[in-house]
Amino acid sequence: MEKITRRKFISVSLGGAAAGAFVLSGKAQGAGNFTGYPEGMGVLVDLTRCIGCRTCEAACNREQGLPEPALPFDDTSVFDQEFHGGQKRRTDENAFTVVNRYDQAEGGPVYRKIQCNHCNEPACLTSCFVNAYTKTKEGAVIYNSKVCVGCRMCMTACPFRIPAYAYSSATNPVIRKCIFCYDTRLKYGKPPACIDACPQGVLTFGHRKNLVKIAHERIRANSDLYVDYVYGEDEVGGTAWMYLSGVPFEEVDFDVTMQKKPILNNAQDFLSQVPMVLAIWPALFLGFHRLSTRGEEDGDENSNLSNREESQS
Amino acid sequence: MRSLVNNGYQPVDSPVDEGTKRHWGFVEKLLLGLTPREYLSQAMKNPLNWVLGVLFAVGFPVIIYRFVFGLGAVTHSSNDYPWGLFLGFGLFVMVPLSASGFLLGTTVELFGRKDFKPIERLGLLNGLLGYFFAVIYLLMDLGQPWRLPYPMVVAWGTAAVLFLVGWHVAVYLTVQIVEVSEAFFEWVHWPMAKIFIKRITIGLTIAGIILSTLHQGALGALFTYAPSKVHPLWYSQEFLWIFFFTSSIYAGLCMLIAVSTVVKKTMAWRCSDEWLKKLDSQTIGLARGASMALITYFVIKVVGIAHDNEWAYLATGWGQWYILELAVGVILPLVVLGYGIRSERVGIVRLGAFIAVAGIVLNRLNTALVTFNWNLYPEIPHLLETIIAVTVFGLYIATYRFILYRLPIVYAWNPLPLEVREKATETAAVPGTLGQHSAAFSDVSLLD
Ligand code: SF4
Ligand code: SF4
Ligand code: SF4
Repeated sequence: MEKITRRKFISVSLGGAAAGAFVLSGKAQGAGNFTGYPEGMGVLVDLTRCIGCRTCEAACNREQGLPEPALPFDDTSVFDQEFHGGQKRRTDENAFTVVNRYDQAEGGPVYRKIQCNHCNEPACLTSCFVNAYTKTKEGAVIYNSKVCVGCRMCMTACPFRIPAYAYSSATNPVIRKCIFCYDTRLKYGKPPACIDACPQGVLTFGHRKNLVKIAHERIRANSDLYVDYVYGEDEVGGTAWMYLSGVPFEEVDFDVTMQKKPILNNAQDFLSQVPMVLAIWPALFLGFHRLSTRGEEDGDENSNLSNREESQS
Repeated sequence: MRSLVNNGYQPVDSPVDEGTKRHWGFVEKLLLGLTPREYLSQAMKNPLNWVLGVLFAVGFPVIIYRFVFGLGAVTHSSNDYPWGLFLGFGLFVMVPLSASGFLLGTTVELFGRKDFKPIERLGLLNGLLGYFFAVIYLLMDLGQPWRLPYPMVVAWGTAAVLFLVGWHVAVYLTVQIVEVSEAFFEWVHWPMAKIFIKRITIGLTIAGIILSTLHQGALGALFTYAPSKVHPLWYSQEFLWIFFFTSSIYAGLCMLIAVSTVVKKTMAWRCSDEWLKKLDSQTIGLARGASMALITYFVIKVVGIAHDNEWAYLATGWGQWYILELAVGVILPLVVLGYGIRSERVGIVRLGAFIAVAGIVLNRLNTALVTFNWNLYPEIPHLLETIIAVTVFGLYIATYRFILYRLPIVYAWNPLPLEVREKATETAAVPGTLGQHSAAFSDVSLLD
């Protein structure tokens, strides 16, 4: 009896430990108070300056070696395209950035460029179970297609609905999104292609912390031109790409209800229970077992059903 | 089968052929002691086989098509709806319906409720197959299914909830294979292996509770990554994992009732009289547990709405859908189960269990697909995607039946050669006591 108990105990502890090792380490990494990258770069997008010329789209297409689109980049009819009951264009495997037009009741239309916002604490990164994403010290959120399993959790998690999937490939489908021109430019301290190409100075490239100052300075200097808000300064823990707008942000399809804390924090409630369950359950349930089977010997019944003799008797 | 049994056929349930006193060969065991011709002819008579045959004839080519041409060919390849039926149904529905494995293990092995012993193995098998097929669905869905082991061996994204789900499902699947292998070892007659499994049962069961508590909850926690996408009524940052965990309890128990009902109705010939006799009282017992979980679930759902102060949403169309889900999926089965239990009418209890299972399907699909992107647009799954989902489910049913026909899950495997068995019955002072079993059992291991 003594022996069996010890063996049982060992198997229990092993089960717990095996499950525990990785979960505890997950907790340790996940719960850290991350405050962003001090040297991180960013971009300030000033919607009041954009004329919808789509030069940035073309530049991105060239820089990233993407296939030629069905309609040329100077064709403005794409602004009238609608998908899935009124949805405007979005990023996909062949377009890492798109510009959309929002007609206004008064004044001219407002154009809005979208691409990955390179979050400070990216939901795509923290939700990926193989660490396919990396936030580089320059601020870019890049992706490693070599380890991606294709579960598309990152797409579910990204609050800006940016990562797209190469659904068309059967053998090597990968996530496709703006990578801040990391490989070809950002790494070498150069601004991304779309920024270089913009003829209107819509996109300001610089250290993120300076951009925040510039943004507020611009709002202060032209309070009649701008809405007093820097989108991306605080959203989901802050993003490297931030926006200034002359019209209320919700009118150009920004999600203004977005939470300020990082998305990962939402799962922290659950993740923080995990070590507790691991620590308490084995002892608790072994205790229940000892109580509820006291005086009985266990493990010696030889079938789940009584044998035939019994049913006959 | 029924006609065969009426004609005096007895399916294999011991290592020895009663007629010829000869040990059954492996293939003979596979064919249930029938000749290949007899086996084939009974299979052709079963209408379910014809249905499955047609389903597979359509479905398998579609599955091949999916792997040759990629996900884009069989789904609406949406960047806004990264998850479709394969995960929405295959993972988020199948896993809670398979909670019966750890629930029955806990009840019988840990809480010592030996009265649930007869149905324990069906509970374990239901758990194993549900998880196994959840993984099959996952393979259909993953862009690069051959990389499934990556989170275990290549790259560890330890901070991700999905990492927890992946590891736990993998480890727990192993635990369940070991648990169910007890029946397998009886069937192939490896007594020593079975004795070894018995010894580690408690450890396995406790590991099972830990893993299940966490990954059932983790499936809910996955949606906390998408706060702005799931409708607020279905989203609860603090409680989502508790909702998923609590509902998995009644999901597992009711699924077990549902499956045992189907088994009783369609393959009574394979069930031992003992199993059939005890099923009704066990069904009511399981239903008691399920209604407890249902009440808890209902209360915490209301607490959840109060906590996030979402009453206003109830007045909207989504609110009506939400109320319908709760009414049909939780309150209705609760009332039906309660009535069935009190009046001891097993038929009513079974009906209640089926409704509760449907309620879980509705809830998980609502969370993963219907209310997902509620402020964008609804997504209707592609026809081919639906065909694959149904085909895999058909495979699940076929596998389930294949195993139930053979392994001693709903009947007792009689490990003793006839002579020894007769002697044991004669000499035992009180038939059916525990001591007799272990004595008889050690006889067997000596004899073999
Ligand atoms: S915007 Fe989306 S894809 Fe880009 S870093 Fe943030 S979470 Fe990731
Ligand atoms: S799809 Fe790839 S990158 Fe995205 S979460 Fe899954 S494994 Fe990670
Ligand atoms: S930063 Fe580079 S990858 Fe991103 S949108 Fe601009 S050009 Fe494209």
